[in-house]
Amino acid sequence: MVRERTRVLNLVQAINEALDLALARDERVLVFGEDVGRLGGVFRVTEGLQAKHGESRVFDTPLAESGILGLAIGLAMGGMRPVAEIQFAGFLYPALDQILSHLGRWRHRSRGRVGLPVVVRAPYGGGVHTPEQHADSPEAFLCHTPGVKVVIPASPERAKGLLLSAIEDEDPVFFLEAIKLYRGARAEVPEGYYTLPLGKARVVREGKAATLIGYGGMVEVMLEAAEVAQREGVEVTVVDLETLVPLDEDTLLEAVRATGRAIVVYEAMRTGGFGAEIAARIAEGAIDHLQAPVLRVAGYDAPYPPFSAIEHLYRPNARRVLAALRKVLTY
Amino acid sequence: MKLKPVAYLERGEFPLEEGEALRLYRAMRRARFFDEKAVTLQRQGRLGVYPPFMGQEAAQVGVALALGEGDFVVPSYRESALLLAKGLPIHVLLLYWRAHPAGWGFPQGFRGVNPYIPIATQIPQAVGLALAGRYRGEDWVVAVSIGDGGTSEGDFHEGLNFAAVFSAPVVFLVQNNGYAISVPRSRQMRVDYIARRAEGYGMPGVVVDGNDAFAVYLEAKKAVERARRGEGPTLLEALTYRLAPHTTSDDPSRYRTREEEEAWRKKDPILRLRKALEERGLWDEERERGLLEELEEEFQRELALADQAPEPRPEEIVEHVYKEMGPDQRRAHEALRRGLHVEEAW
Repeated sequence: MVRERTRVLNLVQAINEALDLALARDERVLVFGEDVGRLGGVFRVTEGLQAKHGESRVFDTPLAESGILGLAIGLAMGGMRPVAEIQFAGFLYPALDQILSHLGRWRHRSRGRVGLPVVVRAPYGGGVHTPEQHADSPEAFLCHTPGVKVVIPASPERAKGLLLSAIEDEDPVFFLEAIKLYRGARAEVPEGYYTLPLGKARVVREGKAATLIGYGGMVEVMLEAAEVAQREGVEVTVVDLETLVPLDEDTLLEAVRATGRAIVVYEAMRTGGFGAEIAARIAEGAIDHLQAPVLRVAGYDAPYPPFSAIEHLYRPNARRVLAALRKVLTY
Repeated sequence: MKLKPVAYLERGEFPLEEGEALRLYRAMRRARFFDEKAVTLQRQGRLGVYPPFMGQEAAQVGVALALGEGDFVVPSYRESALLLAKGLPIHVLLLYWRAHPAGWGFPQGFRGVNPYIPIATQIPQAVGLALAGRYRGEDWVVAVSIGDGGTSEGDFHEGLNFAAVFSAPVVFLVQNNGYAISVPRSRQMRVDYIARRAEGYGMPGVVVDGNDAFAVYLEAKKAVERARRGEGPTLLEALTYRLAPHTTSDDPSRYRTREEEEAWRKKDPILRLRKALEERGLWDEERERGLLEELEEEFQRELALADQAPEPRPEEIVEHVYKEMGPDQRRAHEALRRGLHVEEAW
């Protein structure tokens, strides 16, 4: 693919650009949520979009998450392509009924007659000292919902193309954005409209010793651990799942088979987290290749701590990944 | 402010043209006919659990007939009459309550959606659907219905508030039948009329005698016209009663008295309207018999159509989850199609 000019953007700018392009390209696209209009979003992701595309295309809603999801569902039923923002993924909980009972089910319960091309964007994850509830990683709830797709980009360049694919997709897509990456991640982002396929994992680094698997904000943590390990002569593979549902099991299993050791990294609560699903898939599909148990590096089985001083202990970091790596290498 | 239910029949008033009144009656009688047949079919094991609406025909049919062809209905589970009166074929509705895939995707072009089982969740969705019409330059109105119990849910509040804020062309029909399964209205809320809540959202609230087809129909028409003119939503509360159990699995004798049921039976919306028609010489025993024969014929024809629907294929379990099957659905689909359990095909 010929890539046109690129500029260095952060995640906020890349997503803003994707929304801007989608609004310009398809008049059925609507962007709404709390504070997305005049304010441009609490993280400024939607900055300038209302001024450019008008108040009917980019608008603020009353403060009500279930209402926002319900509105999105109805708009999609009526032929629109809503892109709803939930201010923090931890605020999706009041809308879970809309998500589980309807957003994920309508295509199935209408036997294909009613598809809901809805995108729900929400920032998630910790590492930036937010108040209670603001750092939750609820992707497992969403992945456990048949009928929705779940995408979690790890870089600005990926985010832009994946979000445009999500908006084009005929099914509902949750697009979770790691808060830590909003201004922390910067990368060369191509200009103009481009899409990246959903449902594909990507191998971002290759090595023979072990495979680290994660997504979103954990990719840079895995890469940092990989750098340190390399200095000690240990080369690891790093897989960015990127789309959790539908899962690219082939890429995942191929990477694990090649190294025989796997560590799954996710910042949600450990039990029942999406990493548990990955570990199970590896057990089902690559057990013969394993030379050590699959380890998980995850949050603790407790709410994400709102206490800044110890927050860093909950969220997986490179040191914890390296500790797990030592364990699987010496098993 | 004192609210007073709008009513015509009990005062002997006849505010409709004769043709319109007859149309209402026939649609209500047809709905009742369906309801009775559905309960019988359930008893014979030829239908799944079924929630009868008997007694609420005026509320549902009154609203359905007040809508234009391009308008939508977004019903709760007790609203088969709303769907029928809007034009959903009987065999599709039978297949829906048979939990047969062929009844779960209403015919292309039908302006209504599957009944909602979770309570009140359809309310904000109806608002979105109404706004979609505005974006598309169409003037469709959405009638969304709910029971009195459903008004206790948060989604009811969120939906009404959204509708008012966005001035959405929606008619909210609350069929206040006095009970949320067994919980009486007095344990559900401490307001006299649910329509009173409309003021708190900034929209008109109207109470009608829900067993008075004229009252429901005329007030619904006003609300639809108002919505179509761009003046926003209306909350229409129909005071009514379900003469039957909550579902075919429910026993209302545990929470209602026979006296109460008898008192409401006297206000049966179909008998009331029939009496009014008879008094004006528009209806009689012979016409009634003719109509029932017609309905029986239609029902048998539709039942035969429903019976002809092929058995669902096992692999339909994983169809229509996504527009394109993902790898997990594909694997399961292949296994089910081959008559295997997915574990065997792994």
